[in-house]
Amino acid sequence: MQLISYILPEIFLSSVIMILLMIGVFVKKSFRMVNLLTITSLLFAIILVLNQPDETIKIFRDSYIIDKLSVFMKVLTLLFSFFVLVVSKDYIKNTNIDKIEYPIIILASTLGMLLMISSYDLIIFYLGLELQSLCLYILSSFRRDDERSTEAGLKYFVLSALASGLLLYGCSLIYGFTGSTNFEIISSILSESNTGGIFGLVFIMVGLAFKVSAVPFHMWTPDVYEGSPTSVTSFFAMVPKIAALSVFIRFMYVPFINVITQWQTIIVFLSIASMILGAVAAIGQNNIKRLLAYSSIGHMGYALAGIATGTNEGIQSTIIYLTIYLVMNLGIFGCIFMMKRENVFYENINDLSGLSKNHPLLALGFLVILFSLAGIPPLAGFFAKFYIFMSVIEVQMYTLALIGLITTVVSAFYYLRIIKIIYFDKPKKPFDTNFDFGLKLTLAFSSILILIYFTYPSILIKAVSSISLY
Amino acid sequence: MNFPILSAIIFIPLIGALFIFLTKGSQKSIEKNSKYVAVFSSIANFFLSLFLWYSFDSSVSTFQFIEEKNWINGFINFKLGVDGISILFILLTTFIAPICIFSGINSIKFKIKDFFIAILVMETLMLGVFCSLDLVIFYLFFEGGLIPMFLIIGIWGGPKRVYSAFKFFLFTLLGSVLMLVAIISIYWITGTTDVIKLLNIKIAQEYQYLLWLAFFSSFAVKLPMWPFHTWLPDAHVEAPTAGSVILAAILLKMAGYGFIRFSLGLFPIASDYFTPLIFTLSVIAIIYTSLVALMQDDMKKLIAYSSVAHMGFVTIGIFSLTKQGLEGSIIQMISHGLISAALFLCVGVVYDRYQSRMISSYGGLVNVMPKYALVFMIFVLAALGLPGTSGFVGEFLILVGVFQKNILVAVLASFGIILVAAYMLWLYRRVVFGRIGSNEIKTMLDLNRTEIYIFASLAFLTIFLGIYPEPLLNTVDVSINNLIDKYETDINLNLTKTNN
Repeated sequence: MQLISYILPEIFLSSVIMILLMIGVFVKKSFRMVNLLTITSLLFAIILVLNQPDETIKIFRDSYIIDKLSVFMKVLTLLFSFFVLVVSKDYIKNTNIDKIEYPIIILASTLGMLLMISSYDLIIFYLGLELQSLCLYILSSFRRDDERSTEAGLKYFVLSALASGLLLYGCSLIYGFTGSTNFEIISSILSESNTGGIFGLVFIMVGLAFKVSAVPFHMWTPDVYEGSPTSVTSFFAMVPKIAALSVFIRFMYVPFINVITQWQTIIVFLSIASMILGAVAAIGQNNIKRLLAYSSIGHMGYALAGIATGTNEGIQSTIIYLTIYLVMNLGIFGCIFMMKRENVFYENINDLSGLSKNHPLLALGFLVILFSLAGIPPLAGFFAKFYIFMSVIEVQMYTLALIGLITTVVSAFYYLRIIKIIYFDKPKKPFDTNFDFGLKLTLAFSSILILIYFTYPSILIKAVSSISLY
Repeated sequence: MNFPILSAIIFIPLIGALFIFLTKGSQKSIEKNSKYVAVFSSIANFFLSLFLWYSFDSSVSTFQFIEEKNWINGFINFKLGVDGISILFILLTTFIAPICIFSGINSIKFKIKDFFIAILVMETLMLGVFCSLDLVIFYLFFEGGLIPMFLIIGIWGGPKRVYSAFKFFLFTLLGSVLMLVAIISIYWITGTTDVIKLLNIKIAQEYQYLLWLAFFSSFAVKLPMWPFHTWLPDAHVEAPTAGSVILAAILLKMAGYGFIRFSLGLFPIASDYFTPLIFTLSVIAIIYTSLVALMQDDMKKLIAYSSVAHMGFVTIGIFSLTKQGLEGSIIQMISHGLISAALFLCVGVVYDRYQSRMISSYGGLVNVMPKYALVFMIFVLAALGLPGTSGFVGEFLILVGVFQKNILVAVLASFGIILVAAYMLWLYRRVVFGRIGSNEIKTMLDLNRTEIYIFASLAFLTIFLGIYPEPLLNTVDVSINNLIDKYETDINLNLTKTNN
């Protein structure tokens, strides 16, 4: 019984999934109900996660861990799945993807992520990874009748399967050369001289880098972001990143901590390459989803910079970065869901032209969020970058810091370009205004949070300060 | 002193902006109400800062009115305070802000509510720069100013406004991110970003050079120094009058203030080491941009280039590292704040009436706008440093200061003054005298009442400070002495160390 209480949130979610499937099958026109139940059960799961004891616990022969990191990341995962469902309600209805499978698959994917976050063993980790990936393939091709959506789904499936294969190969190498799948045992056996193990490390990193879409494993991101329905894009941009980064942190700092010199250079490279590509490639984009894909690649570069430091401060700064990134992305996708004229959604940034004239408040929201994404003080995005560079400079990685800051300037250009279109250009036809309350509230919530974060920036530091993996 | 007067000064404009943001009603009532709120909050702030000056004790060199609040747990405190140097810039800012608002009332035709919000937020951020006593807080305010300024240039600017706004934003941002690296490095080297503590810690010499250069990159772009000045003419030309006034009068001064407070205060050895670099760049700026200004046919561009030249004097004065030089450069900054603001407003006056900034469009204005001609003359003469105006006091002190350090620089800078006189007087001749250019000019109206009040207040201060600069000098005197004493002990200490 004791054991079950530790995995209560996961058990709860799995039973909800099954019950909802039954409801969906047997009750006609049950989308509204299923959606609502999904949303509430996500909220309830947060309560269950927060209810867990405030200590590090390993269960099932040390293959599953509940600690501060996993609790924090699980709360983020559930919270942002919840937000994604809330903001995309309107969109789902208008684009005819309001099928009962949609919320259930999101729920299943979330469950996979919870498993990933808590995994302390290669097998459990892979199990969770595949559960969430399979759901994501379905989600990205959810508009079956839309060419781009199916293309996105297929592309993501093929590339992701390849990445999973590499990752699995890495896992088997690790198992072969250390004799165990348990993180702690791997950690104690793996050393610099274990060449086979190092090989495995590299393969695993490739798979993880694919999941966080770090350069050079980012090719799928722009196409999938652009092709998938926007509601799914918003999910892609936020929730899987949490699990992937969490696992990234766990892998680097638990099983592979003794070979830090080996992976540090790789992560520094991934980070620098992502920051540069994210900054440069987005400049020419006109589709806002594609632009955000490149922007998210860049942001993941900054988040990885925190991991590259190899310190607890580094992990904490990555988590803070991730949290602020999520809030900003929630806001920007909220804005995108409002780009609608006569129930048709627009994606080109030129459709925003002169928004400030017709919708001053929405334009202001865009302004705050975009400046924050660009990392201009005193908005929250600046603090995210500030903490990252704090920890990077602490370990004297000046090159990484300098490149990071210079790419900030480059990437400021394309955020400014959107602001220019919104504020300086001639107005077009106004957008619709009949939005659902949840969307408006979420948008207001995220932009106000970004705007006033500077008044009390300790809040996130306090929340993450107890997370440490040493 | 329990009342947090500095926080009040910083945040009153922001509260005003919030009120304007929340005003509701018909278009007309919104415009009227937001106008009143903007004028009221900025003027109230000016009086509050006068009160601050009145209660400021200029006989001690320490920071006063210090406020400290826990901000980011355990490592950064929200710390404010003023000394003799910063208080003058606070006064300048609170004085210029209402002028910008009045100028906006006159010349901004659309989105006037947003305009007031932008100006008031800008005022908050600029005041924050001068009050902050923590490097991170300083950076926050310093960079935050980019957002409203970008919007002011981009929304209410001229035809090429988008290009200029982008150039302004990206140039300044690039300069500043290096400063951020330096600030974080300082934290890891010394364990604090508190300015008061840092002023008493000696940062090791080997770090000083790089840190100095990182701060320099930010301030040199913002000031701007040759060859980083190219954003300035563009930004000035395209910005609306009020935007140009803020840019010239206050934004540029943030960099000068930064040089005095941080480059000299925190890195004395590096400042000493890099003085030749600053002198070279400043002398080039003075001579080169003055020559460029001679060739301009756009009035705003001409004044923008003259700003670069004037700021060249400021940097020479600061890095002469003599008492006269430093005091001169502070007076020069204050007086340039008044004079350049007035000159841009002068251009704004004719631009509002005739929609052209080209010098060749005008001529013979003295016949139709005699009051305007008089006002314009006062400020042209002040800009070229005629004795009796504040421009003279600043330039004279700077030259006295730098003469003790480097005669060649002093001589070359004096040449610059001749060039300033040349292009300023030529500008005046072409615009105000001569034949009336076209029939439309004949119908141009002279200054209206608001404009007269604005110009009268600026002219009064310019002339008053030219005749009697004592109030300013009194305020900065002790702080400057303290700065120079500290600098000299540091340098001497370093010299003895290297000799041994």
